[in-house]
Amino acid sequence: MATKDKAGTVFDYAPAPESRSVVDIASSYGLFIDGEFKQPQGPGGSFKTINPATEEVLAEVSDASAEDVDLAVKAARRAYTRVWSKMSGRERGKYLYRIARIIQERSRELAVLESLDNGKPIKESRDVDIPLVAAYFFYYAGWADKLEYAGWGPDPKPLGVAGQVIPWNFPLLMLAWKIAPALACGNTVVLKPAETTPLTALLFAEICQQADLPPGVVNILTGAGETGRVLVSHDDVDKVAFTGSTEVGRQIAKAVAGSKKKVTLELGGKAANIVYDDAPIDEAVEGIVNGIFFNQGHVCCAGSRLLVQESVADEVLARLKRRMATLRVGDPLDKNTDIGAINSAEQLARIRELSDIGESEGADRWSPACDLPTNGFWFPPTIFTGVSQAHRIAREEIFGPVLSVITFRTPAEAIEKANNTPFGLSAGVWTDKGSLILWTANRLRAGVVWANTFNKFDPTSPFGGYKESGYGREGGRHGLEAYLAN
Amino acid sequence: MPRLCLGRHDSPQPRAQTYAGSVTTSVHSAAGLAEATSSDAALRRFLHGLPGVDQVGAEVRAAGLATRSIKTTAKAFAIDLAIRMVDLTTLEGMDTPGKVAGLCSKAMRPDPADPACPSVAAVCVYPDMVRIAKDALGASEVHVASVATAFPSGRAARDIKLADTQDAVEAGADEIDMVIDRGAFLSGRYLEVFEEIVAVREACARPDGSSAHLKVIFETGELQTYDNVRRISWLAMLAGAHFIKTSTGKVQPAATLPVTLVMLEAVRDFREATGQMVGVKPAGGIRTSKDAIKYLVMVNETAGPDWLDPDWFRFGASTLLNDLLMQRTKMRTGRYSGPDYFTLD
Repeated sequence: MATKDKAGTVFDYAPAPESRSVVDIASSYGLFIDGEFKQPQGPGGSFKTINPATEEVLAEVSDASAEDVDLAVKAARRAYTRVWSKMSGRERGKYLYRIARIIQERSRELAVLESLDNGKPIKESRDVDIPLVAAYFFYYAGWADKLEYAGWGPDPKPLGVAGQVIPWNFPLLMLAWKIAPALACGNTVVLKPAETTPLTALLFAEICQQADLPPGVVNILTGAGETGRVLVSHDDVDKVAFTGSTEVGRQIAKAVAGSKKKVTLELGGKAANIVYDDAPIDEAVEGIVNGIFFNQGHVCCAGSRLLVQESVADEVLARLKRRMATLRVGDPLDKNTDIGAINSAEQLARIRELSDIGESEGADRWSPACDLPTNGFWFPPTIFTGVSQAHRIAREEIFGPVLSVITFRTPAEAIEKANNTPFGLSAGVWTDKGSLILWTANRLRAGVVWANTFNKFDPTSPFGGYKESGYGREGGRHGLEAYLAN
Repeated sequence: MPRLCLGRHDSPQPRAQTYAGSVTTSVHSAAGLAEATSSDAALRRFLHGLPGVDQVGAEVRAAGLATRSIKTTAKAFAIDLAIRMVDLTTLEGMDTPGKVAGLCSKAMRPDPADPACPSVAAVCVYPDMVRIAKDALGASEVHVASVATAFPSGRAARDIKLADTQDAVEAGADEIDMVIDRGAFLSGRYLEVFEEIVAVREACARPDGSSAHLKVIFETGELQTYDNVRRISWLAMLAGAHFIKTSTGKVQPAATLPVTLVMLEAVRDFREATGQMVGVKPAGGIRTSKDAIKYLVMVNETAGPDWLDPDWFRFGASTLLNDLLMQRTKMRTGRYSGPDYFTLD
């Protein structure tokens, strides 16, 4: 285990894998429509979902066709008209509390399943994703009987049927962001999880059954992009909520333009994480690491551009590199893993492509020495220095563990560079000076600004973007507005 | 040769790091360090020029490291290492020669049922018990550490503190655990604190030219802020401390993970700046194997593996040892035995 010689003692952490036995994955799954799992009606067929860390097939899931979408929307409409919109807020709240409690009770199962299907480390699914999922349900359960006090009119009404399409980076958490406020406000939903990460949404369907949620209030349709397109274009959908890429967001905005549908879009980002010269440096380094390497960088609000003041740039980079050498990349189910697998071959190809472009455009690429597993999709934590605003890696969302480092000389230059992007989802500020935090935050065109921290989420806090990062807010009191007619 | 008797100037040169590139800090150049202690004003400028510590961030980092899961072979390794790092301590008004002698037997053979169990690093006693401990330990490798300088409050005149130190050294102490003057530090008289540490370090000298090792206790529970912990760490290292130590164990809170994190960052950065290694000793409040393992993970991932050695990291504790022994027996036999199977010295 340990060797002691001139080079010091080696403290190797033995493998500490979380047990897979807590999850029970079926070989194939139907579609969750009207409270039951049903075989797809149309010509959709099925597709496989795999474990991105091993490429092992986990299950076969149904590919919902237009006919299935229609059935699900009809079920949601029936449930809306006959049951859910008529139910008192207090009663709806009881169901949401029940769901929240079941999520807590089954948290270990949900965490393991999330890590298996998504590739994220178990310490994140266990300590971040699933606790937040429960927190969002608890939070919006509390709003269900208090909507008239939310500030969105004296007697706000639900919109009707919500068509919701969510991404693969936080599969169950994005589901919670969508379903919890929708249900609290009295809407019913048809939700499509991402093609590569459908399993926790299907387990959530089971939880809805366990909670005796009236049939049709929540419908889950698995499928690819086409299923999502059909869902958001369906005539009887009153509200569209989407989280994902700016490109798909644009298509959705076009598809629903001119219709009665209300839309919220939460899209891409290229967040600036600004480190001033008086920052608490050790904690700033932690914040940089958390900002870009959390969830393999598959985070729309990731701090993918480090803006560091020139006078401390060398020191910050040296400390950052030393810290990166301690990151443990590997088996997502190992409790000591810091960075898991890239979610899909397709995403890995995109990260590789953009990183190669970064190199060919003249930026300096660095990764710590790390052994990557041979099977599955892996990318080492990577930083690019010598990056200028003109480089593609400084402008385009990579959605992977790749950080572009840009320097600045004055606070005004930091703001100029931070805002010089088509996106505006989030930003970070690191300084010991409170007045500089406020000065900076007031000038940043970003929906969320973190001060001396990064990637912190809370159900009471609204979240959403400026510019091409989307519109509408999710979370907090503000998040109710997207699901209410006032 | 006792393990800890290397002079500071003999401490290992910085070795090739496992990470790429070494960290050079602009404020910590060697020339700047000599300058830093030239006057009270210069020392204040230096200490207040150190980067701040963000309280929330430091606590989050410490809590994050505490989630590491150390199992099977890694746990066995960590438990044996932790035993070798224990400064087995009794610092009570009711201490007697009998009590100290009993503690010494335990320090040499912590688990009478298993001769393979390593001995602890040192026993830690009051100065008047040093000779008794020294006799009881005989030729064993276990050191005698003595608190000194009007421990635990440090509220006495300088010459009394120095006499206290000399008395312990003459009685045979291998290591001196001094307390700083927290009043002077909190009122901003940094140079006074610095000079006192230098004077105590001189009082650690033996007639043969060797010197007892000096651990400097900060009583971080009284300094309260992490910025203060970072400043006093640098001050003590500049003054020649061989070890920096969190607490006396007489004040709550004693050692905490975030305080130890800030101190480990300080010794790491000090080596980057000067090439000299300084040890770290959290003391007080560490009672379980689980806690001790969290500290070892923090050492490993903050200061680095070079500090994973009793020469560079210690636990000041009294009840920790029995829990380590109980866990060690469990790892060896697969069964938990009751506390009655471990001695209460």
